[in-house]
Amino acid sequence: MATATKTQQAPILNTNEPDKEETKTIYSIEDFNLWYGNDQALYEVQMDIPENRVTAIIGPSGCGKSTFIKSLNRMVELVPSVKMSGKIQYKEKDIFDPKYKVEDLRTDVGMVFQNPNPFPKSIYENVVYGPKTHGIKKKSILNEIVEKSLRGAALWDEVKDRLNENAFGLSGGQQQRLCIARCLAIEPDVILMDEPTSALDPISTSKIEELVQTLKKDYSIAIVTHNMQQAARISDKTAFFLNGEVIEYNNTDNLFSNPDDRRTEDYITGRFG
Amino acid sequence: MAGREQFETDLTHMKEAIIALSKSAEDALYKAIDALFNQDLDLANNVISHDNLIDEQEHTINDQTILLMAKQQPVATDLRRLVISLQITADIERMADNAKNIAKSTLHLGEDHRLIIHPRIKEMRDMAMNMNQTAIKAFQYEDISIAGKLSDMDNEVDRLYETIIHDILNETATNPEKIQYVMQMAFSARYIERFADHITNIGESILYLVKGKSYKLN
Repeated sequence: MATATKTQQAPILNTNEPDKEETKTIYSIEDFNLWYGNDQALYEVQMDIPENRVTAIIGPSGCGKSTFIKSLNRMVELVPSVKMSGKIQYKEKDIFDPKYKVEDLRTDVGMVFQNPNPFPKSIYENVVYGPKTHGIKKKSILNEIVEKSLRGAALWDEVKDRLNENAFGLSGGQQQRLCIARCLAIEPDVILMDEPTSALDPISTSKIEELVQTLKKDYSIAIVTHNMQQAARISDKTAFFLNGEVIEYNNTDNLFSNPDDRRTEDYITGRFG
Repeated sequence: MAGREQFETDLTHMKEAIIALSKSAEDALYKAIDALFNQDLDLANNVISHDNLIDEQEHTINDQTILLMAKQQPVATDLRRLVISLQITADIERMADNAKNIAKSTLHLGEDHRLIIHPRIKEMRDMAMNMNQTAIKAFQYEDISIAGKLSDMDNEVDRLYETIIHDILNETATNPEKIQYVMQMAFSARYIERFADHITNIGESILYLVKGKSYKLN
């Protein structure tokens, strides 16, 4: 169009600029394919997950987003018929390298699930469970870990006077934050979250979202969510999965304001899914 | 009806309401210039009173747009569609205000001003109306190639405006006693020029809707 000229004035909100503070890549995924038996669930996934950022994974049910996130800590291998090809590198190390112990990977990469799943133990015991299995026995160190983890999960003030009570007595939102505290107790670098707020009420959801924003200073977070507003609010980058493929992986601002792919636009505007 | 289906229906209704509002503003301009040329004070009063209705319609569309934003929490093109609806209705309301101002000038001139209205003011009005029809088409079909034409059309209106003002200034030099009347005529030309500028803004809104970036057409 010859008559139209792009405005010279800088927009107040520039949504098209790449992330100004480039961070290191914590996960590098190359040509990753995954099959459950004969059914292929992921196709040629190619993604770099940045450090100290929140990366959201969105897509309709059955698109492979949970499979993908569970591949990052090799949990997906618990399904007997799984086959994989391609590469997933965590901090430049191949996570499928036989020399790389899966326990080491899962110490670095914690996971929080859709439904809060505290152990039927006290709040205190839930948090120290991981550190104890790693051989930490000294009470003073365990106490320190409990306070630090519960503070990190924004739960300390609510439970500090009842640490020995059963975790099942907490509300759903508190239980989910306890699970995050349990995850923080082993001092991971990455936290994977698989729909962590889908079973929670709006206030608990908002607390978890605020928490995610705080946690990204110290952790890299990948979050699978069905709630697109949540992805838009809390993530820095968003990947849109469809039928096992990454259709678009973009800065969240771009993806939700002016996506590159028509299928992303159709999904985020509710035309399908 | 599913959520998206209802949303699509609401968007269609909103689009129809905006197009109807735009036609009302165009009609107001048509009548205001007719009233100016024919010294028809009744018609001028009619344009002024009808402007209240346009203002009310603008508020109704805005309320519905805000409600849709709250209920649908739109993103991407949907969000831009609602944002430009607010912008476009504001532009249309200002277009109608310009038509109303021409009608007020007609009332100022009165029934026996004995002034010959510059004949090309009607031509200028027709150009502005043609622009509005182009903008409606671009809006209806979300067609940026049509919206892009508004830039050249606005330039033509601007050039004609300058010609008219030049002629009018010559008139005041030879007939200084008529200056208060001639000023009203110059104002009227200016109001049409502003009317056209708002249509160009609508074109820019359509470009923003489709491209997701801001463009200038004037």
